[in-house]
Amino acid sequence: MKRFALVFLVAAACGGSSSDDPCKGVAGPCVAVHAGATVQEAQTALINATSGTTIAFGEGTFDFDLDLSLTVGGVTIQGQGMDKTILSFKKQTTGAQGLLVQTSGSFAMHDIAIEDAKGDCLKVEGADGLHLNHVRTEWTGGPKDTNGAYGIYPVQSKNVLIENCIAKGASDTGIYVGQSQDVIIRGNDVEYNVAGIECENTNRADVYMNNATHNTGGILVFNLPGLQVKNAGQTRVFMNMMVDNNTPNFAPAGNIVGQVPTGSGFVGLAAHNVEIFGNTFDNEHTMNLGIASYTLIGNPNDPQYNVYPDTFYIHDNTFTGTSTMASGPLGGAVLLALAEMTPSTTTVPDMIWDGVVDPTKALSGDPNHFMPEFNICFQGNGDADWADLMWPTGDAMKPSTDPAPFNCTHPPLPAVVVPGS
Amino acid sequence: MKKLIFLCTIAIAACGGGSDEVCHPPSGSGPGIDLDGPFCKHLSSYRLFTDETAQATDPALFAYDLNTPLFSDYATKRRWLYLPDGASATWQDTDSLDLPVGTVIVKTFSFLHDRRDPSAGEDLIETRLLIHRTAGWDGASYVYDGSGDAELAVAGAEVPVTWIHDDGSMKSDDYVVPNKNQCKNCHGEHDDVVGPLGPKARHLNRAQPGGGTNQLAALIASGKLTGAPADPASWPKTTPMDDTTATIEARARGYLDVNCSHCHNPRGAARTSGVDFSVTSPTTESLGICKGPTAAGRGAGGLDFDIVPGMPDESIVIFRMSSTEADIKMPELGRNLVHAEGVQLIRDWITSLPGACM
Repeated sequence: MKRFALVFLVAAACGGSSSDDPCKGVAGPCVAVHAGATVQEAQTALINATSGTTIAFGEGTFDFDLDLSLTVGGVTIQGQGMDKTILSFKKQTTGAQGLLVQTSGSFAMHDIAIEDAKGDCLKVEGADGLHLNHVRTEWTGGPKDTNGAYGIYPVQSKNVLIENCIAKGASDTGIYVGQSQDVIIRGNDVEYNVAGIECENTNRADVYMNNATHNTGGILVFNLPGLQVKNAGQTRVFMNMMVDNNTPNFAPAGNIVGQVPTGSGFVGLAAHNVEIFGNTFDNEHTMNLGIASYTLIGNPNDPQYNVYPDTFYIHDNTFTGTSTMASGPLGGAVLLALAEMTPSTTTVPDMIWDGVVDPTKALSGDPNHFMPEFNICFQGNGDADWADLMWPTGDAMKPSTDPAPFNCTHPPLPAVVVPGS
Repeated sequence: MKKLIFLCTIAIAACGGGSDEVCHPPSGSGPGIDLDGPFCKHLSSYRLFTDETAQATDPALFAYDLNTPLFSDYATKRRWLYLPDGASATWQDTDSLDLPVGTVIVKTFSFLHDRRDPSAGEDLIETRLLIHRTAGWDGASYVYDGSGDAELAVAGAEVPVTWIHDDGSMKSDDYVVPNKNQCKNCHGEHDDVVGPLGPKARHLNRAQPGGGTNQLAALIASGKLTGAPADPASWPKTTPMDDTTATIEARARGYLDVNCSHCHNPRGAARTSGVDFSVTSPTTESLGICKGPTAAGRGAGGLDFDIVPGMPDESIVIFRMSSTEADIKMPELGRNLVHAEGVQLIRDWITSLPGACM
């Protein structure tokens, strides 16, 4: 307790004139960091925090030129509202994140904004029990390739709950959950990022009631090669809005999301066991919903990595708008395939799949279709149309819009359970 | 040559007026380490040095060098190992030596005024302590303030320095003293384990500073190291980066091991990248060869692979080693300047690699 007292004194002595106590209403040990505090004072509070401590930032904008880091579990960081307490890293000179949290314990953050970090705004590595509520991450200059990569970036974490957050302007992904497990992402607004939300190499995720708009791509479920957690699965994407994600791709060159065609609602890349239902897709220039294998991206050099997607159940979604402006390398590949149809078309159907089937999961004697338990199934999507692109192009197999092979169901996936959700 | 822009300790004193943290080094002569208390406010309280300004240490400290050091903006580093009386380290083939509770690893960072002439003096910047407490390893830095002592800098510091470089040119740097949490970025693992990095048998397997006996042999002879294989020829050895009699491969892998693998190992902070730069990592995708970036952001630099055999300019590793931008440069911490010699070594190695990426 002695350490808390010392830091509190420091923060109080150095703080602004606000008479409001940022710690007001906080049960348990709380360290106030008032407007006007230096980055060293904020960092000292984070260093001296122990499990159970709340670090409460006051109302105002904090101009930090260095990154912040937290390495102890059980800490809560709070502000006075995500438009009232702003940690601004616009003048940041060192550090690859705004706030880096490295702990195997829990971490909570609420009612605060992190803006204009040089790299990621908030990166959380290895946590068990992450709760973000009303956190805003934003690059305030709008979409630019010099913006940092991720707004909210938990990686190799478990029991993750991200809700009611806003993520804007990330040059990779607004909310990106990598190599994690048991994740709920709900009720967030993601706008003007390259990707709005991405679950990457993550086991058991529920992504629901999010609003993904004006990104390059709305919601992505990816499996990528060369990582410690591989071939992840079980993702539910439901009751989200994926609308007008037509911001031109502004990812720095060399990034995997740079492949996402401008105007993509949902993209599943080498994803397994995905249920997509009750969503609204509207006005996506390239495609409302696409499923692809990694073979379209490149050669992964990872013998344990499964490049093929499988087991999708897409039902009861609303698809509107017409995708007539496919762009980017993958959009070009889609158009190349569609050009093989009779008659050929440049209008991309609502749901498309590259048609590359895992040979170990293909029907006996029919390498172009999955065994029933691994199939891509759809039901009740209104008048949504479909194409199996039968990639690669140039061979005897032409794209097919016949929905019959995909008229099937899978058992619903169980809800993800995260303590405290 | 040096002025302090800000020091947390000064800021606290100016703003808070709080009393000093209390540490309780055991009384007596020679080093006194309070294993369970907080860090002392002053370096001198530990009695590790008999004269901080002259960097004269208590005789109980064992001075050592590493075959290839971590690059830290051309800082000069002095390293010492302090083992409690009668205690000894236990040999480990690959990991750091198993150092007993009570061990203190002491490292001083300074900048020579003229790198061509060490006798022209230096600016002492910081001394870092890594103490093996009863509850585990714990690190902190002490920043020299010109008073002949150094003060605990929990929140780090920025220290502008200038010097005459090896080629006679003037060079300057806003040297960054890490904050206490940043220790974990290099010294930590995902299960909250913090530990030493340098004192691995392969890094220590060389002559003591200023020449003389082999460091491992000296530790064994003084009873400070047990369990070493009997035949010194069997001891692993990191190839010094400047050993031009050795292969490029050996020199480069040693450099990557020291400069990258503290994070890029299967348990380190950069485990999430899937790249392992340990000397034990096979020459495959796990070493970054023909491996695409995952979450690199601008760090990818428009390139497709971490390392492209034969093509250093197509390799993300070279792009990131050559950058000084916060979100691009590697390592993330502890480097503001480009290590020209290190970049050249890794370029030469990549150029020498056979094969191609598909």
